[in-house]
Amino acid sequence: MRIRALALAAGISVLTGAVAAALTLTGAGATFPYPIYSKWFNEYHKLHPDVEINYQSIGSGGGIRQVTEGTVDFGASDGPMTDQQLAEFKAKRGSEVLHFPTVLGAAVPSYNIPGVSAELNFTPEALAGIYLGKITKWNDPEIAKANSSVKLPANDIVVLHRAESSGTTYCWSDYLSKVSPEWKSKVGTATAVNWPVGLGARGNEGVAGQLKQTANTIGYVELIYALQNHLPYGKVRNAAGAFVKPDLASVTDAAAGAAAHMPADFRVSITNAPGKNAYPISTFTWLLVPAKIQDPAKRKAVVDFLHWMLGPGQQMTEALAYAPLPKPVVSMEEKAISKVQ
Amino acid sequence: MSSIPVSRESALPKGRALSFWRRLRAGEELAYTITLTAAAAMLLITALIVYVLFSQSALSRAKFGWGFLTSSTWDPVAGDFGALPFIYGTVVTSILALLIAIPLGLGSAVFLAELATPKISNALTFLIELLAAVPSVIYGLIGIFVLVPILEQSVVPVLKTAFGALPIFQGPFYGVSVFSAGIVLSVMIVPFIISVSREVLLAVARDQREASLALGASQWQTVWRVVIPNASTGIMGSIFLALARALGETMAVTMVIGNTPQIKASLLAPGYSIAAAIANQFTEATGDLYLSALIELGLVLFGVTFVLNGLARILILSTTKGGHA
Amino acid sequence: MKPSYLQKKIVNYLMFTLTGICAAVSVGILFFILGYLVYNGGKSLNLSFFTKLPVPVGEVGGGMANAIVGSAKVLLLATCIGIPIGFLGGVYLSEYSRKSVAFVIRYTTDLLNGVPSIVIGIVVYGLVVHPMKHFSTFAGGVALGIMMIPISVRSTEEFLLAVPVSLREAALAVGAPKWKAIVTVVIPAAMRGIISGTMLDIARVAGETAPLLFTALGNQFWSPGWNQPSATLPVMIYTYAISPYEDWHRQAWAAGFILLTLVLLINVLARVALSKGIYVPRG
Repeated sequence: MRIRALALAAGISVLTGAVAAALTLTGAGATFPYPIYSKWFNEYHKLHPDVEINYQSIGSGGGIRQVTEGTVDFGASDGPMTDQQLAEFKAKRGSEVLHFPTVLGAAVPSYNIPGVSAELNFTPEALAGIYLGKITKWNDPEIAKANSSVKLPANDIVVLHRAESSGTTYCWSDYLSKVSPEWKSKVGTATAVNWPVGLGARGNEGVAGQLKQTANTIGYVELIYALQNHLPYGKVRNAAGAFVKPDLASVTDAAAGAAAHMPADFRVSITNAPGKNAYPISTFTWLLVPAKIQDPAKRKAVVDFLHWMLGPGQQMTEALAYAPLPKPVVSMEEKAISKVQ
Repeated sequence: MSSIPVSRESALPKGRALSFWRRLRAGEELAYTITLTAAAAMLLITALIVYVLFSQSALSRAKFGWGFLTSSTWDPVAGDFGALPFIYGTVVTSILALLIAIPLGLGSAVFLAELATPKISNALTFLIELLAAVPSVIYGLIGIFVLVPILEQSVVPVLKTAFGALPIFQGPFYGVSVFSAGIVLSVMIVPFIISVSREVLLAVARDQREASLALGASQWQTVWRVVIPNASTGIMGSIFLALARALGETMAVTMVIGNTPQIKASLLAPGYSIAAAIANQFTEATGDLYLSALIELGLVLFGVTFVLNGLARILILSTTKGGHA
Repeated sequence: MKPSYLQKKIVNYLMFTLTGICAAVSVGILFFILGYLVYNGGKSLNLSFFTKLPVPVGEVGGGMANAIVGSAKVLLLATCIGIPIGFLGGVYLSEYSRKSVAFVIRYTTDLLNGVPSIVIGIVVYGLVVHPMKHFSTFAGGVALGIMMIPISVRSTEEFLLAVPVSLREAALAVGAPKWKAIVTVVIPAAMRGIISGTMLDIARVAGETAPLLFTALGNQFWSPGWNQPSATLPVMIYTYAISPYEDWHRQAWAAGFILLTLVLLINVLARVALSKGIYVPRG
């Protein structure tokens, strides 16, 4: 018995010891950029075998929470931290937290309606109505009038949303608050809200999974999740009145205005952007990095990764349908990295 | 063999013998103290759990008071938290699970205790205890990929045509629902009801059965009128135990309940349970009040299961002891 | 009018047939679950499942080697924490305790055993993860370790109490002090039962998922040492099962198959060992 236990312990230590990296960084947060982050961290580990960056996609709220508690080395969120959250961070950690935009993404209305494979057009009123629980049938006039060529069934709409605190929810509710006064007063903008209707699923992965499993559903997911899972997704009418399909070009367009007026702390919302071709439910997604990192090795690893992410990292984004950062934002960020002490 | 150490001792000088005894006594004390400490750790851990849950939910308890249990708003934006939808979802799924599991479990227990030969009974009990060992997440896996599609395609349409008029079977069915969670839970708690009830039934005294049979009652009448009533307290205990299990079950429920904090009469609607709310939101609650409210949910869950388990133990103890006496 | 003999007989048969059906359904569920996992898991298994790390999201391939090792480490630690405390506590209950004290401790132990695992997760997050400032294998081990204690206490106690009084008396009669009698006679006599109980205990917590969500978290790489977040099999099954990716579903089945096989195998071995009799060797 004892010998067996010893052998087991030895076996485990060999297994783990042999592959131990010199340094592990732990990050947690948004599921929205998870596909590109896991690609980046995987590639980065291949280039720098001594650095492992472990990223857990637990939701943006989780990223904010855990980086504030100091249980992870960095957080990630698709919604910028609120002033109150920044104050809480400062109170708990005694230093600032920095936002670093990494890529741009879009929350897309994706659906699973048996018999409908067409690309649907959504007006802002239709999306707000569906998520407020006022539009309950797929053949509602508000949906039908923008889709005259599609025969929509009289089925009940099954609304999907996120079960946990999420940056995708932030982006979605931020957009709905801008286009619907009723949404703004009743529900508001946050990473987790009091949903008037719908089913909760965990993570972008969970919403996409639920979309595939359930008929007559609508849900909002990051573009890549709709693409990877071959889920149909619709166009949304933007502030200029055009129905725009979410893709690299329309998301980049949405960021164009923001790039010129980027605030120094990078906390900016680009939903319902004015451009003619701008996709209205677009967002930056941010890494949340503490301004003070005690461990010099970890600090160096974080700084090195940020530089790599802004350089070669940006070239990998398009393959996963994320829009790269606008050039002016990249150079602003390069300067901001020096704030990590 | 046994006399050797004694004679060796008596040969020792008196002083050394005394210290030897003292050392032994010290050993005795030491053994006692060590084991007592370990046993006291139970009390310590329980106290620690209560303390952590109680102190870390202080913010939420102070803000909402008892209203926390009766408010149905769960609004992280406004910072307004009420546990009612979660309590409702937890209670309804558990009751549903019991409604299915009690007849199934009791029926099986009667078969195993009264009808099956000891060999078959032991073999089947062995298999049923294996069922109890299947991890929760595996039930969830089966729930998502096997049970939900079956319910959606065959079971629910039938239920709707048969009982569609009842409010509990109205509204659309999305697969994930309070109903699905109740079914998965029922399967998970059946083994507990079976194995405890079987023990309790077997503990009913032989002479009581024989008296009933001698009076001309059939075997079933004996079971129904004599054995089950005599074992009823213990059976209640097994049910409480199963209920406590069902209330605290997390993973399988999270995977099939739909995670929607709402109170709907229809079982086909999605819901949310206390444990699922904690699992989904605990690591990502932004803001101290939010986190505190989730920990208070944990406190509620702990309190309820604690009371139920306590009752269950007393009931089971009273019958198995009574049966043997 | 009393029911006729025939009526009685029919009801008798009918009701017992029903109970038989209940038993068949209950056991059938086990075979249903087993069948599904063997079928779906078996066809999803391949060598890379055991040897490779997870690949980035949405890419096909990879495995769960790190989660398998992670689970083993968490369980090893849990056993090191849970079993000694549980074992000693069990010895106290069966050998040393007075009646009233024993009742209180036994009762608390049973209640502790019924505490929902998710609550243990919250508590360990508050006691270990938050103060230590990181999610870790260690925190996961502590959470599962706490869950192991009450089961271990009760099984140890049960097997010690099953050792015949005559054996203890014989040991005491030869002048051995009580602790020596316990260590050299009583515990060895109950050893087989205690080891089987320990195995069952490990099997019970091996599939626990909820407390690990807040403690071990997850990791897509290897987790060296004890202070890093670590992947574990049950958490991987959960995340992969709720994801939208076909290939992750496949791996969730494979992982479920491995987990279930291990848990059931330990159960069968331990129970067979128990049924062969745990009682005192003669001589």
